[in-house]
Amino acid sequence: MKTIRDLFRDYRFLFSFIVLVIILIMAILSAFSPYDPTLWNVVPKELKPSAKYLLGTDSNGQDVFWQATFAVRNSLIISLIAGLVSRVIAILVAMVAGYRGGTIDRVLMFIGDSLLVIPLFLIIVMVAMMLRKFMNLVVLGLLLSFFGWAWDARTIRSVILSLREREFTKTAVLSGTGTIKLVLKEYMPFAMPLIFSTLINNIAWAIGLEITLAFLGLVNLNIPTLGTMLNWAIYYQSILLGRWWWVLTPVVLSLFLFIALYWLSVSISEYLDPRTRIQRVGAA
Amino acid sequence: MKNSILRTENLKAFYVLDMQGTQKVVKAVNEVDLEIHEDEVYGIAGESGCGKTTLLKALYGAIEPPLRWMGGSVLYHMNNLAVDITSLDAEEKRKLRMEYISYVPQGSMSVLNPVLKLNETYQDFIGSHVSGRTRQEAFELARKHIVELGLPRNILDAYPHQLSGGMRQRVTIALAALLKPRIIIADEPTTALDVVVQRGVIQLLMDIQQKLKNTIVLVTHDMGVHANIADRIGIMYAGKMVEEAPTEKIFEDPIHPYTRFLIDSLPRFGDKSTRSSAPGSPPSLADLPAGCPFHPRCPFAREICTQEMPALVSLSSDHKVACWLVGEN
Amino acid sequence: MEKLLEIENLSKVFSLGSILSRVHIIAADNVSFYIKPAEIFTLAGESGCGKTTTARIILGFEEPTSGAIIHDGKKKARNEKVWFTEGIQAIFQDPFATFNPLRTVDNYFFETVKNYKLAKGKEDAIEWIDQKLNAVGLTYQEFAGRYPSEFSGGQLQRISIARALLTNPTLLIADEPVSMVDASLRMSIVNLFKKLRDETGVSVLYITHDLATAYYVSDRIAIMFRGNIVEMGSVEQVLMNPRHPYTKLLRESIPEANPKKRWTTTVNLTELEQEEYLRKGCKFAGRCPEVMDICKGVVPADLIVNDTLVKCHLYSDENSSAK
Repeated sequence: MKTIRDLFRDYRFLFSFIVLVIILIMAILSAFSPYDPTLWNVVPKELKPSAKYLLGTDSNGQDVFWQATFAVRNSLIISLIAGLVSRVIAILVAMVAGYRGGTIDRVLMFIGDSLLVIPLFLIIVMVAMMLRKFMNLVVLGLLLSFFGWAWDARTIRSVILSLREREFTKTAVLSGTGTIKLVLKEYMPFAMPLIFSTLINNIAWAIGLEITLAFLGLVNLNIPTLGTMLNWAIYYQSILLGRWWWVLTPVVLSLFLFIALYWLSVSISEYLDPRTRIQRVGAA
Repeated sequence: MKNSILRTENLKAFYVLDMQGTQKVVKAVNEVDLEIHEDEVYGIAGESGCGKTTLLKALYGAIEPPLRWMGGSVLYHMNNLAVDITSLDAEEKRKLRMEYISYVPQGSMSVLNPVLKLNETYQDFIGSHVSGRTRQEAFELARKHIVELGLPRNILDAYPHQLSGGMRQRVTIALAALLKPRIIIADEPTTALDVVVQRGVIQLLMDIQQKLKNTIVLVTHDMGVHANIADRIGIMYAGKMVEEAPTEKIFEDPIHPYTRFLIDSLPRFGDKSTRSSAPGSPPSLADLPAGCPFHPRCPFAREICTQEMPALVSLSSDHKVACWLVGEN
Repeated sequence: MEKLLEIENLSKVFSLGSILSRVHIIAADNVSFYIKPAEIFTLAGESGCGKTTTARIILGFEEPTSGAIIHDGKKKARNEKVWFTEGIQAIFQDPFATFNPLRTVDNYFFETVKNYKLAKGKEDAIEWIDQKLNAVGLTYQEFAGRYPSEFSGGQLQRISIARALLTNPTLLIADEPVSMVDASLRMSIVNLFKKLRDETGVSVLYITHDLATAYYVSDRIAIMFRGNIVEMGSVEQVLMNPRHPYTKLLRESIPEANPKKRWTTTVNLTELEQEEYLRKGCKFAGRCPEVMDICKGVVPADLIVNDTLVKCHLYSDENSSAK
C-alpha cells in the first residue's frame, strides 16, 4: 500500500516496525515454549547463555529466553487491554462532553479532572494492594485503563469543541445528519491521529507502570511479565552476582519497546496530522 | 515620461515542492516584465492564484525555499545605479528595505505584536533600521508621523486588540511609510475590510503618496480600488503579466482578451443588464497549458497561441500587451 | 401578497463582560422584513450590523431573544429543524470550510438524499444529484469521489449551491457567497441565483457587504446598521436614490470600476463601535452629516417614503418639507 511505503521512508517508523515485529514474534513463540513458565526448576539454575539455553537460565530454574517470551506476551496483553479500554472510555466521554456541552460536559470533565489531580501512583498502589489476590492480567489491565482515560478525553474533547464551530458542521446539520452520526463521521477523521498516538503513549505508560508495580512486588509474581522478571532478577541479586543475562533481558527488551513505541507514535501522528493529510489528499 | 524606479526583466520564480516523493513545480512568476515609475501608484490586478503575491515577494527580495529564483532580474534604479536585488546578500537586502522599499503584507492587521503597545512596535522598527536615535527621538518621530497622516494622536498608547481591523490596517500602513521609503508595496490592503473603512485606507495611501511623492505598488483583485487610486495598472494572469497601461486605457480600451472579460464582468450601478465572466476557470500554476496560459478560455485563440507564449510588447508609448493577436498590427 | 418568509421583530441581545461590568450588545434590534416567492432579497451592511446574526437565527444556529420567524404561514418553534431545513437551505462564505476537507464531497449529497428520503436506491440518488449538479453547470462524473481540495473556489461554491438545491427548497440563504470568490468569477455565481429564481421560482436571501453585486442581482434590499434596518425597498430606489444618510455614505464609499468617478471627498473614521451600539436615539447620530438634536435622544420611527422604509428623523412629517 502506498501508505506503508510512505511510512517506511521515515527511519523512525522503520525501526519501530522491525522492533515490534520481533517482539510480536517473541510473544507468539511463547505458545511453543517447551517449559511451563509458572514452574520452577525445569532446567539447571544459573547457567550462562549457550546454544541450548539462548539467554541462559535464572535462579528459579527457568530458561530466560522462554521466560522472556511469556513476559513480553503478558506485558503486551496488560498494556493493550489498558490502552484499548481507556481509548474507548476517553472517546465516549469526549464525544458526549464535547458535542453536547452544558451540564453533562461539566460533570464528565469534573470526574476526569479529579482522576488527573489525585496522586495517581499512591491510589494505584493502594488499589493494587487491595486487589492482590485477584490480580491477573485482565484485572491489572482494567485497573490501569481506569486511570488512563482522563487526559486523553480532554484532548479529544477540545478537538471536538473546535470542530463544532467549523462551517462543515453546519453543512452536515443542514444535510439532516443526526448528532451521533455527525460526530462519528465528521469528527473522527480529525481525531484519529490523536487517538492513535495517545493509544501508543498509553500502552507505553501502562508497560512502565506495570514494571513499577511489579518491581515493588504488588502484582502476582508468579505470572511472568517484564516487571516480574526484573523483580526476580533483582531479588536474586543477579547484578551483584554477575548474572547479567537475567537482568539485562527484561531491561533491554523494555528499552527497545519504549523507543519503538515512542517513535511509532511520533512518525504515525506526523503522517496522520490533518494538516499534512489535507495536502496529500487528492494529490495522488 | 517619468523615470523608471523598478523594473523586472523576464523574471521567473517557481515553487519547487517535494511531497513524499512526488515533485510539484508551481510556476508562480513566469517570465514577468514590468516597469514601475517614480511618483506614481502602480496597481497589480489579478485573481487569487495568479501569482501576484509571489511577484511581490520576488520584487521585495524575499525569495526563500520552497520558492526559488529561476531566472530574470529585478532592477532597482537607485541614485543612478541599477541594482539587481537577486544578486544581493541578506545584509545588503536589509539595508535596502525599510529605507528604500517597504512592504505591507496581506492581512497585516494581524501582523502587529499583540502584547506590545503600538509605540513599542514602532520603536522596534525604528531602532532596527536607523541607528543613532534615542528612544525619545524615535517616539516623537512616530507620533508626529501619525498625526500628519490624520490618525488619532493617542493611538500609539493602545494595544492592537483595542483597535478595529481598519484602524490596525491604517496603523500598519503608517508604519510602513515611517522612514519615507521610495517604494511602498501593499498586498491586498483592503480585503476583508468594510466599504467605508476601505475608503479610509485607500485615502491614507493616496495621502502618503502625495506627501512623499514616492511610488506605491498596490496589489488587489478589486478593480474598483484600482480605478480610484492607480495611475497605471498591470494585469496578471497565471503567472504572467498580460497587459500594462494607464488606468483609463485599461478601463476604456482593454486589448488583451482576458482584460476585456475582466472589465466587462464588473457590475456597474445603474445597469442591471446581464454580465458574464470568462468561461472556465484559471489554470493551476502547477499545471499550465502550453503556449499562452489563457488560450483554453480565449475565444480568439489561434494555433500559435497553443504553442508559444507571447512576450509583452509595446503597442504604444504607454500600453503593453502580451498577446499574439496584437503582434500583427 | 404572499409572504414566503416573514421575520417579525426579531431581537438578539448578547451580554459581554463579567459580573461586575456587564455590557449588553443588541446585535439585532426589532428586525422585521419579509421575502416573497421568486424574489432575491438582499440584507446588506458592514460588519457588526447584525445581518449574519439574523441569518444564524433563521437557520436555527442561534436562538433569538425575542421575535418570530414565520415560514409559509407556520411559526418556527425553538429547536425545530426538519420541516424548516427542507424548505430553507443555506450557502456559506468560504466554500473550502463548507465541506470537511478529509471527506469526499459527494458524501454530503448522498446523506442529504438519504435523510430527506429524496430517492430510492443508489441509482435514483445519483440521477437526482446529477440533475442538481447540471442546474449549476457541473456533471456527476467530474464530481464523484473527489475531495474539496481538488476543486477551485468557484466550482466548490457551485457544488455548495447544488447541495442546497437537493431538497428543492423554496428559499436559499446565501451568507456572503461571493466575498471569497475573485471579482471576475463573482458574476457566474450571482448569475446562477438569477437563473434559479427565474427558472425554478426559488427565493434567495442574499447577505453581503458588496453593494455592487447586490444592485446587480437583487429585487429588494434592506440596509442594516448596528442591528437596525435603516432603509428598505426596491434596489433601484435604495441604491440609486438613497435617502438615509448611512445609505448615502455607503453608496459614496463604494469604489466604482470607473476611473472617471473617483472619490472627491474624504471620509472621517471614528472608533466608537461599541459606543454606537449603546447609543440612545439614532445609532448613526455620532457621525451623521445631517444630524439634528432630536436624533440624539429619540429613536427614529420606521417611515415610508415612496414605498421605501427609512428609519430617519429627516423624513418625519415635520421635516419632510426641509427635504
